[in-house]
Amino acid sequence: MNKLWWKILGSVLVIYTAIAGLLLGVPHLAILNETIRNLYFHVPMWFAMLTLFSISVFYSIKNLLYGKEADDIRAVESVNVGIVFSILGLVTGAVWAKFTWGQFWSFDVKQNFTAVAILLYFAYLVLRNAIDEQQKRAKISAIYNIFAFPMMVVLIMVLPRLSDSLHPGNGGNPGFNSYDLDSRMRAVLYPAFIGWSIIGYWIYTIRFRIRTIENKQNS
Amino acid sequence: MQLLHQVKYLIKKEVLLEWRSKYALNGVLLYVVSTVFVCFLSFVSIVPVTWNALFWIIMLFASINAVSKGFLHESKGQQLYIYTIASPLALIISKTIYNVLLMMLLTLIALFFYMMVFDYVPQDLGLYIVATVLGSLSFSTIFTMISAIASKAGNGGMLMAILSFPVIIPVLIVLIKLTKNAIDGLDRSVSLDEIGLLLIINALVAAVTLLLFPYLWRD
Repeated sequence: MNKLWWKILGSVLVIYTAIAGLLLGVPHLAILNETIRNLYFHVPMWFAMLTLFSISVFYSIKNLLYGKEADDIRAVESVNVGIVFSILGLVTGAVWAKFTWGQFWSFDVKQNFTAVAILLYFAYLVLRNAIDEQQKRAKISAIYNIFAFPMMVVLIMVLPRLSDSLHPGNGGNPGFNSYDLDSRMRAVLYPAFIGWSIIGYWIYTIRFRIRTIENKQNS
Repeated sequence: MQLLHQVKYLIKKEVLLEWRSKYALNGVLLYVVSTVFVCFLSFVSIVPVTWNALFWIIMLFASINAVSKGFLHESKGQQLYIYTIASPLALIISKTIYNVLLMMLLTLIALFFYMMVFDYVPQDLGLYIVATVLGSLSFSTIFTMISAIASKAGNGGMLMAILSFPVIIPVLIVLIKLTKNAIDGLDRSVSLDEIGLLLIINALVAAVTLLLFPYLWRD
C-alpha cells in the first residue's frame, strides 16, 4: 500500500479529468465552442513531457557525476516516454487546429518550434546509436542531453512568445485564464497536470525495469 | 591567472597553425565565394527577402565547415598531448574565441563580397553588420561544443549535422528576423528584443559548454 498510493492517485486523477473534462460545463465561445475541452487533454501532455525530460536531465547529471549505468538507462527511458507524450501533444494540438484553424498543420510558430524540439531529442537517440561502447555512450549522450534541455525550453517556451501565433496565449491571443472566470476549468486542468505526470512517471519506471532485466539477461 | 595564460597561449597556437597552412581561411573563403557566385548566376536578380535567407544559408554551411574542423581534424595524439599540458577549460575557451574571431572575419568578408556581387545594400547596413557579428558569435559557440561532442562520438560529419541543426534552427530564425528588420530599415529599437534573445542564447550555450566540456574531454 505504501508504494501503491501514488499509482492510485494518478489513475484516479486521470479518470476524473477524462470524465469531468468531457461532462462538466465550459465557457461557451464563438469558433472554440466545445473544442475548448481539448485544453484538458492537450496541455497536460506537454506538462508530462516537461516532467519526464526534467527527470532525464537529473539522471544525466547524476550519471556524469557518479558514472552508474542505471542512471544512464533511467535518462534514456524517460526521454523515450517523454517523446511519446510530445508526439501525443502534437497530435492532440493538430486535431484541435483542424477544427479551429482549418488545417491540421498550418505552419504556426508554435507547431514548428515544437517539431524542432522533438527533432532535438531524436538527435539524442541517434547519437546514442552511433556509439558502441557503453560507458562512452552514457557520458557523451548525457552531455548532449544536458545541452539540449535549455535549448528545448527556449524553443517551446520563449520563441513562440516573440512572434505572431494563432495559438491561444501567444501573439496577443487570450489564454484560457481570461475565459475561466469561475475557475471551473482550473478544477479540471490542474488535476490533469498532476495525473498525467504521474502516469508518465509510472510508464517510465516500468520501461526502466524492463530494460534492466533485458540488460541482465544479455550480459 | 594560470587559465588566462593557457588560453592566450592556445589561441596563439591555433592562429599560428592556421597562418602556416591557411587551410581553413582560404578553403572556407573559396567555398563562400564560389557558392555566392553560383547563387548569383542562378538567380541574377533577387528580392531582398530571398537575398537575406540565401546569405544565412550560405553562412550556415560555411560555418559548419569552418568550425567543425577544430575538433574533428585533430588527431588522437594531438588531443592527448594538449590534454596533458592544458586544462580543459582553457582549451574550450581558446577554441571558442579562436572560432569566433575566424567566423567574424569570414562573415564580414563574405557579406561585403555578397553585397558587391548582387549589387544590393541593406537599408540599415550598421544593424546588418551587428547582426552578422552576433550570428558568427552564436554559430561558433554552438558549433564548437557540438563538434567536440561529435568528435568524441567518433563519427564526424554526419553526426555533426544531425546534432547541430535542431540547436541552430532557433538561432537562425531569430537572425533572419533581425536582418529582415535591417533590410527594411526599421527603427533600431524594434530589433532590441531579437538582439537580447541572441545574447541570452549565447550566454546560455557558453555557460552549459563551460560546465560540461571538462566531463567530455576526460576519457
